[in-house]
Amino acid sequence: MNESSAVALLLLTGGAIVGTYLWRGAGVMFAARIKSDSPVFQWVTFVSYAMLGGLIARMVILPIGPLMETPLLCRALAFVIGVGVFFGGGRRVLPAVFVGVATFILLVSFF
Amino acid sequence: MIASASASAVNRLAWRDAIGFPSITLLASMTGFGSLVHESGLPFAMAIAATVGIWGLPGQLALVEMHVAGLSVFFVILGVALANARFLPMVVAFMPLMNEARPKSRWDFALVQMLSINSWAAGLKRFPEIEKTLRRRYYIVFAVICMSAGTLGTVIGYFGVGLMPRPIALGLIFMNPLFFAVLLAGVQSRPSMIALVVGAPLGIMFHLIAPDLDLLLTGVVGGTLALLLNNRLTGRQSAS
Repeated sequence: MNESSAVALLLLTGGAIVGTYLWRGAGVMFAARIKSDSPVFQWVTFVSYAMLGGLIARMVILPIGPLMETPLLCRALAFVIGVGVFFGGGRRVLPAVFVGVATFILLVSFF
Repeated sequence: MIASASASAVNRLAWRDAIGFPSITLLASMTGFGSLVHESGLPFAMAIAATVGIWGLPGQLALVEMHVAGLSVFFVILGVALANARFLPMVVAFMPLMNEARPKSRWDFALVQMLSINSWAAGLKRFPEIEKTLRRRYYIVFAVICMSAGTLGTVIGYFGVGLMPRPIALGLIFMNPLFFAVLLAGVQSRPSMIALVVGAPLGIMFHLIAPDLDLLLTGVVGGTLALLLNNRLTGRQSAS
C-alpha cells in the first residue's frame, strides 16, 4: 500500500469512529434531557434500519468482493435457510448462523 | 431484590453472564468481520481500529462495504454514522440506570465507547438486582470481556482466512450478512422489522440505479416509507 492510500484509510477509519462516537457522546451528554421517542429521532431510527436492511440484501444478492465468485443461488438459499432456522428455532442466533454458514459452505463446495 | 451486594459477587455475575453467549457471538461475528477486511485487501490496523473504535457490526460492515464499493470518504462516514444511530437511544436508556447512585462523571464519556447491544441488554436486565454503587463495576467487567472476545475474533478472522480452504473462507465472509440479519431481526420490535423489510428491496434497486448513493437513498426513502407504514398500522390498531 502506498503512503497516500494509508493516509486516506486513516482518515476514513478515524472519521467513521468519530461519526459513531458522536451518537454515544450525545447520549451521555443529553441522557436526562433528550426524548429518544421524539419524531425526529424516530425517523432517524427508521432510516438507520432501512439502510441496514438494504445493506444486508445487497451483500447477499449483489456482493462486492470475494463473494462475487459464488453463485447467487448458493447465497440466497443459505441465507433463507439461516433466517428460517432463526425464526423456526426459537430465535436463537448461533444455531441459525451455524446452519446457514454450513449450508453455504456445502453448496459452494459442490457447485 | 438486591442479589449482588458485594464487589466480588458482582464480578462473578458479570463473568458468568459475559462468558458464554455474548462472548461466543462476538468472537464468531468479529471473525467474519476480520476475514472480510482481509479479503477486501485492507490492512490489519484498520480491522482492529474499526472493531475497537466503532464497536458495532453494522457500522463496521458499512465502513468496509461502502469503501470497497468506491464511495467517497464523506459518504462512507455519513453512512457509517447513520448505521450506528441506534447508539443514541441505547445510551439514553442505559446511563441513568447505571448511574442511579452516583453523579455523572467524565469517565462516562470513555465508558460509553464499550457499550454494544450485548452489554446494553445485559445491563438493563441485571441492574435492578445489583446494588446501585456496583452497577458500573458490572458493566465494566462485562464489557471488557465482550470487547476482548470481539478483538480476538477480529485477529483470528483476519489472519485465519488466508489459511483456510476456499469454501470455508467464503463461508466466513458470508457469515457477515447472515449474522447481521439475525442480530437485527432479534431486536423484536415491529418498527425495526418494517424498516428492515422495506429497506431490503430498495437497497438492491438503488444499488443498480445510483450505486454511489445507494445506502443513503435506501435509508432516507425506505426509512420514511417504513415510518409512514408503521404509523398507519399503529393508527389502525388503536382505532379498531
